[in-house]
Amino acid sequence: MKRSTFLKSSTAAVAGMGLFANFSTATSLYKVSSITEKSKKITILHTNDTHSHIEPIVGGRNDGRGGVARRAALVNQIRKENPNTLLLDCGDIFQGTPYFNFYGGELEIKLMSMMGYDAATIGNHDFDNGIDGLYKQLPHANFDFVISNYDFKNTILDGHTLENKIVTLDGIKIGMFGLGIELDGLVNKTNYKETKYLDPIDIATDQARILKEEKGCDLVICMSHLGYSYKSDTVSDVSLAAATSNIDVIIGGHTHTFLEKPELILNKEGKNVVVNQVGCYGMYLGRIDLYLNETDINNQAGTVYNL
Amino acid sequence: MAFCYNFPLKTDRKLGVYLAFAKALFLITLLTSCNSNTNVHLDTVDYKRIEINDSLAQEDSIAQFIAPYGAKINQEMNRVLCYNPKSMHKNDTPLNTALGNMLCEIIVEQVNPVVKSRLDTNIDVVLLNHGGIRAPLPAGEVTTKRAYEIMPFENEVVVAQLNKAQMEQLIKYIVDRERAHPFSGMKISLNADSSLNNVSINDQPLTEKIYYVATSDYLYNGGDSMNFFNNTTVTKTDYKIRNAMIDYFKKVDTLKFESDNRFTKAN
Repeated sequence: MKRSTFLKSSTAAVAGMGLFANFSTATSLYKVSSITEKSKKITILHTNDTHSHIEPIVGGRNDGRGGVARRAALVNQIRKENPNTLLLDCGDIFQGTPYFNFYGGELEIKLMSMMGYDAATIGNHDFDNGIDGLYKQLPHANFDFVISNYDFKNTILDGHTLENKIVTLDGIKIGMFGLGIELDGLVNKTNYKETKYLDPIDIATDQARILKEEKGCDLVICMSHLGYSYKSDTVSDVSLAAATSNIDVIIGGHTHTFLEKPELILNKEGKNVVVNQVGCYGMYLGRIDLYLNETDINNQAGTVYNL
Repeated sequence: MAFCYNFPLKTDRKLGVYLAFAKALFLITLLTSCNSNTNVHLDTVDYKRIEINDSLAQEDSIAQFIAPYGAKINQEMNRVLCYNPKSMHKNDTPLNTALGNMLCEIIVEQVNPVVKSRLDTNIDVVLLNHGGIRAPLPAGEVTTKRAYEIMPFENEVVVAQLNKAQMEQLIKYIVDRERAHPFSGMKISLNADSSLNNVSINDQPLTEKIYYVATSDYLYNGGDSMNFFNNTTVTKTDYKIRNAMIDYFKKVDTLKFESDNRFTKAN
């Protein structure tokens, strides 16, 4: 396959402030995709705030949307297309339908395991049956809970989550870490107990540096439950992207934000970060395809974002 | 991925030192200029948001796995717990309603034993909010599902301890709102101009003592601007309002609730 995609906005670019928000370097303005048979393709599939929505929604404006059995079929089909696929969730797996009230999240976790989720981060509602309630469902998970800014040292979850996770697909080393929202004021203290919330920007800065520079990851993905963006100065995916470096993609949750396409945010070093979120209740699956080439380090032009 | 530079190995020590120095310089330049230590480059990013809808096939093995869980929920949801002779809606009557009064009665009946054991006292007053009642209760068989419809939230009953001044604020809130916020344990009458005419708590005038007010954790934490709960001592009961309803419905045969004269206004 050889494809040459000119930047969509290269003609409109003259008009726009959006110009430099989209393309990090001047050279990338003229960058075209150079996808060849040698290119490696990593697909990231992601969900967030599924909130125990196992069956399609009945009634209301979202009637007929969602459903785990359909999501599973879709994921399987995409995996057939590209085995180098990651399936990730950004938290708030629990709470929202009687499935949670009746089974305490057991079915949600079992189904995620069956669908082949690779990792998930933890949302505030995942504490709804207490930290013990979350712990109780862990044996049903054959995927990892990745969360970097909750210190569980004095809790039952100590040692049961990962602060980061590295997966190598087709020779591409992918580093992931997870960020949770401040629990104080959002979750009853009796539910999160001695969980300590650590500053997400500090932690993200560290984790991204460790993954990219120390561990040599080719891609760094942040799974976040901070929320997409706020009017206040509360840390969000957008503010996190701008305040850090070494992160390639932030997939998020919490604010139930339905983005039609990811936003590109310039990071601390003026590089693009792909920031995305797919609403809630399993109504959408986000699919990010990343094409990577092995090139001379001194001859690497920008990246084309077909968003 | 390895660094993409390689210097020829030389045995000459001077050259070695020089090379090491050059390597270090190069490395620094490398790190600051492109911030990547690999030769893998992200060339292109594509995105597609895929809506999950009925145009997609379902994975049969997953659907089959879910089915028994769903069937059990449906069975439980459709289980008839008791009988309701008369339809109840939160807007049936102006200042207090059969439905609101029912919820307060259920809390007294179901949660009092917990309060008794944890605080060695009884609930004096129950206060909920009108907006928290999310559905009516139609006449006929009362199923578990109805409790979920009326109370879809996970709110739990908590008991706050209010002194006289705080109770006065609570009463002022009810008087000012002039709305059918469900309460029990109090009798409040308004004058025609909406000012407070009279209030009694369990048939006694308000006095300087501690009142035990049962409410939801949502309201206790400032929901619906019930700020009189601020900084009051609170005790959890670990009893969800919905579960109190379900347990009560299971216990009784027929519901008998009416609006009454607990909150009235002169013509």
